[in-house]
Amino acid sequence: MTAKEKMAIPPQAMPEQDPKVRARNMNEVALGYTAEMAKTEASRCLQCAAKPCMQGCPVAIDIPGFLAKASEGDFAGALAVIRETSLLPAVCGRVCPQEKQCQKFCTMGKLLKDVDKAVAIGRVERFVADLDRESPAGTGASAAGPRDIPRTGRKVAVIGSGPASITCAADCAKAGHDVTVFEAFHKCGGVLVYGIPEFRLPKAIVRHEIDGLKSLGVKFETNYVVGRTRKLRDLLEKDGFDAVFVGTGAGLPKFMGIEGENLVGVFSANEYLTRANLMKAYDEAGHDTPFWHGKRVAVLGGGNVAMDASRMALRLGAEKVYLIYRRSEAEMPARKEEVHHAKEEGVEFLMLQNAKRVLGDDQGRVNGLECLKYELGEPDASGRRSPVAIAGSEFTLDVDTVVVAVGNASNPLIPTTTEGLEINKRGNIVVDPETNMTSIPGVFAGGDIVLGAATVILAMGEGRRAAAGINKYLRG
Amino acid sequence: MNKIIDKRQLSDNVFGMTLEAPLIASARRAGQFIILMVDEEAGERIPLTIADADPDRGTISIIFQTVGATTIKLSHKEPGDFLPAVLGPLGRPTEIRGENGEKPGHVVCVGGGIGVAPMHPIAQALKAAGNRVTIIMGARNKSLFVMEDEMRKIAGDDLILMTDDGSSGRKGLVTEPLKELCEKGAVDEVIAIGPPIMMKFCALTTKPFGVKTTVSLNTIMIDGTGMCGGCRVSVGGETKFVCVDGPEFDGHLVDWDQMLKRMGAFKPQEASAREHTCNLFKGL
Repeated sequence: MTAKEKMAIPPQAMPEQDPKVRARNMNEVALGYTAEMAKTEASRCLQCAAKPCMQGCPVAIDIPGFLAKASEGDFAGALAVIRETSLLPAVCGRVCPQEKQCQKFCTMGKLLKDVDKAVAIGRVERFVADLDRESPAGTGASAAGPRDIPRTGRKVAVIGSGPASITCAADCAKAGHDVTVFEAFHKCGGVLVYGIPEFRLPKAIVRHEIDGLKSLGVKFETNYVVGRTRKLRDLLEKDGFDAVFVGTGAGLPKFMGIEGENLVGVFSANEYLTRANLMKAYDEAGHDTPFWHGKRVAVLGGGNVAMDASRMALRLGAEKVYLIYRRSEAEMPARKEEVHHAKEEGVEFLMLQNAKRVLGDDQGRVNGLECLKYELGEPDASGRRSPVAIAGSEFTLDVDTVVVAVGNASNPLIPTTTEGLEINKRGNIVVDPETNMTSIPGVFAGGDIVLGAATVILAMGEGRRAAAGINKYLRG
Repeated sequence: MNKIIDKRQLSDNVFGMTLEAPLIASARRAGQFIILMVDEEAGERIPLTIADADPDRGTISIIFQTVGATTIKLSHKEPGDFLPAVLGPLGRPTEIRGENGEKPGHVVCVGGGIGVAPMHPIAQALKAAGNRVTIIMGARNKSLFVMEDEMRKIAGDDLILMTDDGSSGRKGLVTEPLKELCEKGAVDEVIAIGPPIMMKFCALTTKPFGVKTTVSLNTIMIDGTGMCGGCRVSVGGETKFVCVDGPEFDGHLVDWDQMLKRMGAFKPQEASAREHTCNLFKGL
């Protein structure tokens, strides 16, 4: 096929549940490609010699390589190419912000002058991973079993079980180390299970990935909070671990610091989503964790978590959901597809507005949100035009629930209980940029606890680099 | 998985349990708590204070009152059964006078209802650090007292019992003897643990005397590690997380009214879950 012919192939749209229907159920929104669609979409790849898409991928997947296999219908081969560098294709195909990463650099998108017409790399990735998971015997691309790996006799502790940790655990296990993952919650997966909702990332996929790690010989200790149940240094000094990876994430919710934020009916997005996702509070007949029945919900923030919370509110029966963001839509950090889905489902976007104070009744319950209008001023340190409040523009929204989704700070539990662990002024652990080793020899860190709040794929990249650092350290 | 070693019914709706939890037993310090689940798939996570621990046997004990779905289900578990999740020890340990740089003195411990249970390790530690320890225990009636013998062992003659109906000790509220002791001017510090309303009034009682008063809060939480923020309270105008900044705070600075309202956030759902659970067990 010539480039011209490839350009003429229409981009394959993703089949989705109807917005009106899905806004009231927990099932996955995007239904996934058929084999035919995956082949067609993959065949749009121009197979550029320079592979520009790869520079946008934090784990440097050989994208043209896997698309070439997929275009021939060799889906197992495609998955094998992805697995050379990425651990979680079914997850990343769903949650990566492709339009800011691989697809941003895609030549097809550039030729058609629209990033949305780039090759849908993530959707093909998702398809080949799903096909493998859903086939009883897999498609034959599964990772090497534990028996194939010579053991090193070294023990590695991994703290946390989110994307950075499980990537690090997998790479350490593949290097032949004896790996134990310590998780504070009763279920593994970190933000993939407590934060990202079922309708965007089915939990069965996360379970499948964790099971894959178990088959690599990785052990999981749930209900174990390092720093409290045992100190980090105890793992090294008393429990025989030779190296430790800290991937505890950014789990400390930020609040706005405005009046009324402790009223009943104001939640951090973490709490709101954890109740619904991890504790399954939406299913009140079968689960004990109670849920808050907001009818009119305001979500504060413009990231993926804000999108998740506002869409979850609809599914939990809200009649009206406002998403309030103080900049304009162009500055919103959320994945484009999530913004699009939220709008389709009926979330009302209030841009260039921000909460000033939460209003409550005499029972201390939320009954309104006073907001201010904003305009964009000069660019700030982040390069984005900074929002400036318009004096006297106050107005009140009639809401009974406020969900604060303005980001997370790093959790202090490990830094405050581990002497000698260097952190920066934002509370993030300081690491060597090449090995991800911290100020304590043998202790490595990665993911949001190092980066501040970032994405799943960036965390995975960190986990991978740290594992390489650990392997080098244990050989040295 | 944590095995239940033994179970004792202490009164109508109060139970004591010993759980196998070797790591928690050796790491825990006075004032810390656990989060447990009775059912991993459908259960909720509830915080409970550690009443006692035996590092040699690898066990911890808890004392709980059947107030909601989870505590009712827990009360129906038997020795030999396993709990799917026990996480801890959580929170900051109590600052024990005499260990923290301050000279030992006279510390009054006020325990209301099953608040006596978490007070026990604290009173023990205070005594061991060389303090004179007075213990005021309060309950609605005599049958609701827990750990009276254990507390008498620590406080001896300085144990004051208060009941609402006068069925044991003096008739009246715990704040009465607390006020009298403060008036005598011989109190260096007060620690109060019990129902929020009792802690609120203990703090109000000691405030005019300027006596340092520590309270242990038990707000609604999910993870217990700082992740959800559901447990937040306003202390001295600042928002604090009970799970990682507490559970103990200066009682004079806590915004009690806000906290009481927040603790009632899910009352209707909790009531229906409780009823549903009760009916479930009646049907068995």
